[in-house]
Amino acid sequence: MLGKKIKPIIERSRKHGWILEPDAMEILKTAGLDLPQYLFAESEDDAAQFADKNGYPVVAKIVSPEIMHKSDVGGVVVGIADEKELREVFKRFSRMNGFSGVIVVEMLKGTELIIGARIDEQFGAVIVLGIGGVAVEIYNDTVIRMAPIKENDVASMVADIRGQKLIKGFRGSDPVDIKTLTSLLIDFSNFVIKLEPFIESIDLNPVICTGSRCIIADARMILSISK
Amino acid sequence: MDFRTLFEPKKMAVVGVSLNNDRHPANVIFNKNYFRYPVKVYAVNPKGGEYYKEKIYKSISDIPEKIDLAIIAVRADLVLPVLKECVAKWVGGAAVISGGFAETGRTDLTEELRSIAEEADFPVIGPNCLGIYSPDHVDSFFLPSERMVRPEGGNIAIVSQSGGILVDQMVKFAGQGIGLSRAISIGNKAAVNEIDLLKFFARDDRTDVIAFYVEGFGPGNGREFALAANRCPKPVIVMKAGKSEAGTRAVSSHTASIAGDYAVFSSVMKQFGIVEAKDEYEMLSFCESLGSYPSTIKGRVGIVTASGGHGAVAVDRCSQSGLEIPVLSNEIQANIRKNLSGSIQKIASLGNPLDLTGSARDDDFVVAARELSRIDDIDCVLVLLLPYIPEVTSDVGARLGQVYQEENKPIIAYVPHVEKYKMIIEGFQLNRVPVAHSIEGAILMVDAMKRCKAC
Repeated sequence: MLGKKIKPIIERSRKHGWILEPDAMEILKTAGLDLPQYLFAESEDDAAQFADKNGYPVVAKIVSPEIMHKSDVGGVVVGIADEKELREVFKRFSRMNGFSGVIVVEMLKGTELIIGARIDEQFGAVIVLGIGGVAVEIYNDTVIRMAPIKENDVASMVADIRGQKLIKGFRGSDPVDIKTLTSLLIDFSNFVIKLEPFIESIDLNPVICTGSRCIIADARMILSISK
Repeated sequence: MDFRTLFEPKKMAVVGVSLNNDRHPANVIFNKNYFRYPVKVYAVNPKGGEYYKEKIYKSISDIPEKIDLAIIAVRADLVLPVLKECVAKWVGGAAVISGGFAETGRTDLTEELRSIAEEADFPVIGPNCLGIYSPDHVDSFFLPSERMVRPEGGNIAIVSQSGGILVDQMVKFAGQGIGLSRAISIGNKAAVNEIDLLKFFARDDRTDVIAFYVEGFGPGNGREFALAANRCPKPVIVMKAGKSEAGTRAVSSHTASIAGDYAVFSSVMKQFGIVEAKDEYEMLSFCESLGSYPSTIKGRVGIVTASGGHGAVAVDRCSQSGLEIPVLSNEIQANIRKNLSGSIQKIASLGNPLDLTGSARDDDFVVAARELSRIDDIDCVLVLLLPYIPEVTSDVGARLGQVYQEENKPIIAYVPHVEKYKMIIEGFQLNRVPVAHSIEGAILMVDAMKRCKAC
């Protein structure tokens, strides 16, 4: 069953066809998935206060129902070092189409993965895992599995990724904690099965993985047409 | 659903036999079964009359016997009443050959056909299909017998969405000497689909390997198929057409772009140990290999050849497919070497691939294949035979086939498929050793065993 919080979010997102990032984060939170420190700030002051409390650098991302692909329009700024810069970014974002606020997120470091889901007409819910980032479609270093994901699927998924060295630790970078990744994939796949009637696809990209955590730094949820 | 009576009917009816057109599909079907199969055939046409001095029944209900299989080849708009009659008369099942259903926009007729079949739990194959070919039992293909190429009876079942592809596969099976247990063209699959047949063939004692040609699954059916194939104790091979994206689907997320229809299909097949054949050539190789060895292997290959070049090409292809070629220990090499004939003892290289050189004899191939078969770290022996070297005889196929019979480790052979080498090829095949006609084909056969996880 869907939590009480999720249904109304889906309902109010229908008019856009997708779920805005703050709402998507809210949904993932109810599913118990690991999220970064973040704030959906509707004012410059709120944004600055959050960053002050949690410390710089931060990431700022535009929230607008008209902008699904934020990077494509310069709607993502990483490594914001101080309040002055944050306020400038906020001002610039506020002039963008459909501006409804800014999501300010703590800056994370680690291996960037994509974890995604699509509801396939013939096969139902499928889960994607791969090397993440904005260039994911160019390298397309991903694997697909039919949900639900089981514990022993994860090793074979990682083994099928060409860039698996990035996951297993490369040139001094910490290896991704496979146990954490496994539980994220299992939880996410179970969660997707619950959402199946409502969604078309989900991108968690990037999921930033360290030696101990897998944190969903960005989420995009596309709703299915009229169900 | 039990389809056994459909594949092995004692009595069948052909509905739609024409009184004035001998090339009518129903007439072709009647004739071939009447003259060449043990099944008793009844002709049906509302006008009545006689055909080959046999009575033409005006309807299915008039036939005084219980009918196991009805072949329906009447106009689309006349099919449904005939089906209802079949249900009322407790016919075992039907194949609807007629076209003119969903493929021409008559989804209403298709839906009605489905609901008749479902309500009565009555197996209906088609519509818009060739129906059933079951060696020694029945043939509902409306192709004149003299035009068809019929493979021998064997242990592989083929299920095809396309009749044309199925007949083509049968030609190739026959050419390659691969035997067929049953072939079925399911056309629009309004009622009986791949999943029903997979479940039936999983239990069918004449079938050891189940091969599918699929254009697309119905909503949710891909998932059900994958799960059923995963539970099936026999190898399942699938070839898919329609791999390119239609390009009409709006792609809004990275995942939707990455996980396109075919990417999902191919990944799920792999996930559940279903062997995906990319083309007809792979389909043929996989069927031949798994038909002989319906068992999974880790993919550690021992290669015997008489040419360094053959060995090198094979090694390249093996590594592309993720197959291993373990190096043999000095002890094993020494053991093989002492049993080789004097002329090659000093010049053969035995590290794996084993290059016996162009002076090798039949005995040397036998020694090498036998020793490789006895190594635990090797789970398949690849024999790349050069039948034209002077000391090899036409006995070599049968003798190596014997090695397989004794040692029971899978052997795959490569022999060029020309008339001249036929006796060698048959020597292998009669001992159930598959013979490829290219090095690549031989490695596809090994790969099939590795990829088949359900075996």
